[in-house]
Amino acid sequence: MELDAARPDAARLDIVVSGLASDAHTWNLVYLQLVLEEMGHRVTNLGACVPDGLLTSRCGQAAPDLVVLSSVNGHGFQDARRVIGPLRARLACTPVVVGGKLGVDGTGGHAEALLAAGFDAVFENADAIAAFRGYVERLAAGVRS
Amino acid sequence: MTGGSFGDFVARAAAAGELVVQPRMGVPGPEGMRAGLAAVRGAGVRAAGTITVDSFTRVGDHLAVHQALATGAELNGYPIAAHSPETTRSVLNGLHGADFPVQVRHGSACPQKIVAALLAAGLDATEGGPLSYCLPYSRVPVAESVRAWAESCLLLSDARERGARPHLESFGGCMMGQLCPPSLLVAISVLEGLFFRQHGVDSMSLSYAQQTDPDQDAEAMAALRTLAAEHLSDVDWHVVLYTYMGVFPRTPHGATALLQRSAELAVRTGAERLIVKTTAEAHRIPTVAENVAALVTAGAAAARAEPGGVVEDTGVLAEARALVDAVLDLAPDVGIALVRAVERGYLDVPYCLHQDNAGRTRAFVDGAGRLRWSRTGALPLPAGSAVPAPDPTADELLRSLTHVERAFDRG
Repeated sequence: MELDAARPDAARLDIVVSGLASDAHTWNLVYLQLVLEEMGHRVTNLGACVPDGLLTSRCGQAAPDLVVLSSVNGHGFQDARRVIGPLRARLACTPVVVGGKLGVDGTGGHAEALLAAGFDAVFENADAIAAFRGYVERLAAGVRS
Repeated sequence: MTGGSFGDFVARAAAAGELVVQPRMGVPGPEGMRAGLAAVRGAGVRAAGTITVDSFTRVGDHLAVHQALATGAELNGYPIAAHSPETTRSVLNGLHGADFPVQVRHGSACPQKIVAALLAAGLDATEGGPLSYCLPYSRVPVAESVRAWAESCLLLSDARERGARPHLESFGGCMMGQLCPPSLLVAISVLEGLFFRQHGVDSMSLSYAQQTDPDQDAEAMAALRTLAAEHLSDVDWHVVLYTYMGVFPRTPHGATALLQRSAELAVRTGAERLIVKTTAEAHRIPTVAENVAALVTAGAAAARAEPGGVVEDTGVLAEARALVDAVLDLAPDVGIALVRAVERGYLDVPYCLHQDNAGRTRAFVDGAGRLRWSRTGALPLPAGSAVPAPDPTADELLRSLTHVERAFDRG
């Protein structure tokens, strides 16, 4: 993957990366921040164990172009399904995506319910990072100057 | 239920030349939790039991716990503060005792409710620490975590009045799970031990997590024992090793080999206890059967291993000693010293996103597979402790994070 620091400003997204309320893992967040920064985007990383209220208020203040939620502790499905309502109340049209290991049994299969709950994309398969990069590329290409 | 002391159990095993092995295990319902403990007790190895608390309880979201229990939603552990003390006693009854102590594992920066719940259920062994369960895992300010852990230590030490000898383990050797150089892991473990002692705990364990290189790990374990002997000679202490806490091998053979190497490292370095990982680690929360299999595998590997051997000195002890001494010089009160140390960047954990962490240090896995500092920020380390290098790209970070996984899955 090439460093894309020369990305024109209009295509540079402001992105909030965040863990979910009960998830203490942070390597996923550190990695996603580097991935997005190397694609030329600006990242605000809220870190781990972000309570729903803090997530919605920080996203509301930041008015980002994209919200990326990541969870690997098995409670992600519950945490994500709960927080998307309040998030949507603040950010009606902002793309909000979620990824990681979202259930305790490792079998995946949470995408349909989370899309129905209001997420724009769900990444929980083996090729999640490639799919995520592709999603962000398409989003950036669609940003109008 | 007078269970006997966790520390005494480990000491008796060590005197008999046996490594205590212990799983991570948390099942939401009382019946399942009891079945899990019974399976560990009956595994045929010298094991301690574990009750791992769910992560809603860990962050203090007790409403979410009650909702999950009411709706049958999944929990990733045993919600000890939501179940009644009678319920937890029924989980333990006939299992927990002098020959099978049970430790409660939780990950909370503010664990008072959890500590109160475990004490009410007749338990007295738990783990964590004011830095090790704050910086990597929480949004709680360090000063608040220090206060909460001081209270928790007092709750635990008060249990001595009922004849117990409470035991507290520092999780300091596991900061971030991976990519934290050994000297900082050793220093934080020793400093948390000193904090526990200051607040009345007189039986403790100090931790270290297997990293990327067995010789470097052996050096770190020796450094931990040296500093513990110097600073904690007036309390009961032992060393607990953690099987690798980073990105885990996906293959059964890779995961098993990594577990076996950790058991061998434990024996080689005189660790008294080992917290195991299972072949399911890379994929999901393990089943009870997978945990029992891991205990048996680790016990067998430990029985085959030889203690002792050559430990080289590449400077881990000097670095750890410099960190401990510089932090203790900041204040006579260990808790205040810890808060100041984080503020000044004397303790600065690489890649840690906590708002109080200075975030000026970086580490990487070098070409020989050893964990090295690339940036030391304000850490009071001897000159030459770092190999200056640019900060990693996402792909380079991923390579360091997956170094062990790739090596063992290939092998």
